[in-house]
Amino acid sequence: MIQGTWPWWVGGPLIGLVVPAVYLYGAKKWGVSSTLRHLCAATIPAGIEYFRYDWRSRGGWQLLMALGMVIGAALANAFLASPDAVLPISERTWTALAELGLQDREGMLPSSIFSWSGLATLPGFILIVVGGFLVGFGARYANGCTSGHAISGLSNLQLSSLAAVIGFFMGGLTVTHLLLPLIL
Amino acid sequence: MMTEQNLNRPEPLGPYLLFGAFLGVVFVKTEVISWFRIQEMFRFHSFHMYGIIGAAVAVGALGIFLIKRADARSLTGWPIVFPAPEDSRPGPQHWIGGTIFGLGWGLLGACPGPIYALIGTGVWVMFVGLLAAMSGAWVYGLLRPRLPHG
Repeated sequence: MIQGTWPWWVGGPLIGLVVPAVYLYGAKKWGVSSTLRHLCAATIPAGIEYFRYDWRSRGGWQLLMALGMVIGAALANAFLASPDAVLPISERTWTALAELGLQDREGMLPSSIFSWSGLATLPGFILIVVGGFLVGFGARYANGCTSGHAISGLSNLQLSSLAAVIGFFMGGLTVTHLLLPLIL
Repeated sequence: MMTEQNLNRPEPLGPYLLFGAFLGVVFVKTEVISWFRIQEMFRFHSFHMYGIIGAAVAVGALGIFLIKRADARSLTGWPIVFPAPEDSRPGPQHWIGGTIFGLGWGLLGACPGPIYALIGTGVWVMFVGLLAAMSGAWVYGLLRPRLPHG
């Protein structure tokens, strides 16, 4: 049970609990994408005003949470890994992906794309490098990502977060239904 | 976001590592780090991702409601301040930035939290995804004065 897929009604509330937990511990609004800004400020601030601040004192807590995510995911992968090689994804999704020519089903992501050899192909470059770039640019422009807007922001009933989340879905639906058939 | 008043006094940071590790486990076991799950979501083939986001928001909102009602202080001693309504007005940055983020989310199949979690599960090529996301954040910082904000 614990090694299989955790259902949404277990996982969703557990993720949601982190919002009040971070407020109650440190009076802070939980968000992940600020770490991208902190990492830039720590490595190549290049005199840009957006990166001129004390990233250690302002971002230390978020960078530690990100490190925690790496560790937690590694632990779950080592000790709670599912015995099934293929995730219980909807059969309709598998069919749709097969029609795009994507055959590999094993693991968390299609390894023909999300691997070093996949990165060297045009689809791999677009999904990983262009996709990653847009994630970072868009999250910082919108001042938040899935955590800061979709979860923390909507929990706080913020209209700006609702606008951002509508944008998230407009972008994601465009890629899935219009662009992926051209890319893959 | 970060308010000025809680930036000055140091606080023990260990609990944040634990919160993050807890999230890392949940991200893996609910499979929200899976590119396949994100595809399933954007194709409306399953309730799974919607249930996770919806239930997370419900629990988060209930928690915030109770904190506001109790007028609670944080364990570190600070009053808990929530973003003011005038900070919540949607501007072009939310619509445009949100849509750009969505395009990236659809391609990469991972938002920032899952990028870190995927690295934890040994998908090393996600380091490139992280570097690309950092580059995106950097270019945003560079162009920020010239982009529309509300």
